[in-house]
Amino acid sequence: MALGELIAFAVGALRGHRLRTVLSVAGVAVGIAAVIALTALGEGARRYVVQEFSSLGSNLLIVLPGKVETTGMMPFGGTVHDLTIDDYKAVANRIPEVLRAAPLATGEETLRFGGKARSVPVIGTTRELVEVRRLRIGAGQFLPPGDPDRGGAEIVLGVKVAQELFGAESPLGRVVRLGEWRFRVVGVLEPRGRSLGFDFDDLVFVPVRTSMRIFNRSTLFRILVELPEDGDLEAGKEAVIDLLAERHRAEDVTVITQDAVVNTLDSILGVLTLALAAIASVSLTVAGVGIMNVMLVAVSERRHEIGLLKALGASTTQILAVFITEAAVLSTFGGLVGLGAGWAAIVAFVQVYPTFPAATPVWAVVASLVMSMVVGIFFGVVPARRAAHLDPVEALVGR
Amino acid sequence: MIALRDLWRTYHVGDSDVHAMRDVTLEIAKGDYLAVMGPSGSGKSTLLNILGCLDRPTSGSYTFNGRDVGEISDTDRTKLRQTEIGFVFQFFHLLPRLTAQGNVELPMLFAGVARAERRRRALDALEAVGLTDRVHHRPDQLSGGQCQRVAIARAVVMEPGLLLADEPTGNLDRAAAVEVMELLDAMNADGQTVVLVTHDPEVGARARSAVRMDDGEIVERR
Ligand SMILES: Nc1ncnc2c1ncn2[C@@H]1O[C@H](COP(=O)(O)OP(=O)(O)OP(=O)(O)O)[C@@H](O)[C@H]1O
Ligand SMILES: [Mg+2]
Repeated sequence: MALGELIAFAVGALRGHRLRTVLSVAGVAVGIAAVIALTALGEGARRYVVQEFSSLGSNLLIVLPGKVETTGMMPFGGTVHDLTIDDYKAVANRIPEVLRAAPLATGEETLRFGGKARSVPVIGTTRELVEVRRLRIGAGQFLPPGDPDRGGAEIVLGVKVAQELFGAESPLGRVVRLGEWRFRVVGVLEPRGRSLGFDFDDLVFVPVRTSMRIFNRSTLFRILVELPEDGDLEAGKEAVIDLLAERHRAEDVTVITQDAVVNTLDSILGVLTLALAAIASVSLTVAGVGIMNVMLVAVSERRHEIGLLKALGASTTQILAVFITEAAVLSTFGGLVGLGAGWAAIVAFVQVYPTFPAATPVWAVVASLVMSMVVGIFFGVVPARRAAHLDPVEALVGR
Repeated sequence: MIALRDLWRTYHVGDSDVHAMRDVTLEIAKGDYLAVMGPSGSGKSTLLNILGCLDRPTSGSYTFNGRDVGEISDTDRTKLRQTEIGFVFQFFHLLPRLTAQGNVELPMLFAGVARAERRRRALDALEAVGLTDRVHHRPDQLSGGQCQRVAIARAVVMEPGLLLADEPTGNLDRAAAVEVMELLDAMNADGQTVVLVTHDPEVGARARSAVRMDDGEIVERR
């Protein structure tokens, strides 16, 4: 008996019991829809983070003070040297592999204009940040170029900050107060959204020297180093570490590459997605027990049919195949319906949250179809065996 | 063609034994038309089920075309049912979800006959029982007599050596019963071996030979 004929026979039998078929299909469908939707969300989270971090550029090095990795060697004297503006200048100018670099110093201060005031994150940096972070200027310009030690009083506003303080009015050329300090607005960023933990719409930029003075800091928060597009990331990293080790007389900085960050997050979130899929699969087991139940009922209800098929010369194996096929068709159909439902849920979700890149990975689609089929076969075995071993004489008694 | 020798079929119910067949010896030649009569519980169905390889005797031997059926494997018994034995039941046992044609195709489906040939042979068989205009009807759209004719078409579509019918008219009115019996008579006239269980003396009288059973024994032969 060919598979096609088995399936046709199974579909015929299932159509005879519509309500029961619909209910067990629904059971599997819910399980599969859950798998599909949850993996789509997990995958979406993974893509979101990866995109976020990748938008920095894959040829970026991030230098932070202090040794994060355990090398067994404590930095000299156990102290960590500050990452200074001079360090930044050395990295930017003295390493041939480095295309450009930008320092980051951070703090939080109250920004006032007119009667309005609000607390904003402040980033001290230089003109180079525009290129390094691919910033777009909506109005005016970014901080003026030149010596990073020149502590000017210019300020660039994130778009949200500008709107809240100035409304429709142009902030360009206006004087604002950051804490006790007066700044002149020279530019406003285009909307940018969140990136690497900062909301670029909700912060302000000032010259790096100025910010270190305001916040009384001696160390930079980060140095962002951009290498040429085709540059050797490892060589660049080595050069930066060597230079700073020479300047600090100890290897006391950490340099992370874009790839390392992305790869780590990528694998963490990949595992998370798998975990979500596994949790959702539990509902498939429930659906499988449902199928087993339905098939057991079908076997006792169709005793006559089974007896008849035996009398007509169907073998034990064929009857086994008939009932397992029926269970598999039931659950696979449930899988397809669940796939559709999960997909529809994701489409609806993306309508509401367009920025979240939710998408069902192909492996999840394939796996859930295979899983639904396996569930049917697995939970179909017991009822099918019962059918196959029914005594034909007893099965045929009566109507 | 068929020889039953010293056949017993014993059921154990609780502490006691019920002998559904006691020491039955019977020969059926090719082309025979045998009626099995007797009161309820006398073992008629048991005999038919053993002949049809649905049941095994407790002791004694059963030879079919020279082969000892007691000795052969389950697979071979299945094969025998599939190719050599056709069953007709009192309650038709048609699958309600299938059309007349689908029901007649069933034995061929499990025998692995190709679709086109299944269709052709099913239509031929339905024509032979006079149901050419009912091939696409489902059992609930057919009368009892028509259902039984579909069941007969299904029983003979594999061209079995032996056709077994357990009270085929037991659930039919007189007119339908006569139709069915005429069909069986005609098939026997064409050389089909038929064994028929019946309560009805009129039906039994149509058969060329008859046995009467009582309490598992054959008590009378004609
Ligand atoms: N599974 C069983 N367990 C115990 N006893 C059984 C079983 N099947 C049949 N019997 C007994 O065997 C005897 C013969 O039964 P069988 O069904 O062959 O009778 P029958 O002649 O076909 O009767 P009817 O005319 O009512 O169909 C009966 O006494 C019955 O009670
Ligand atoms: Mg009986």
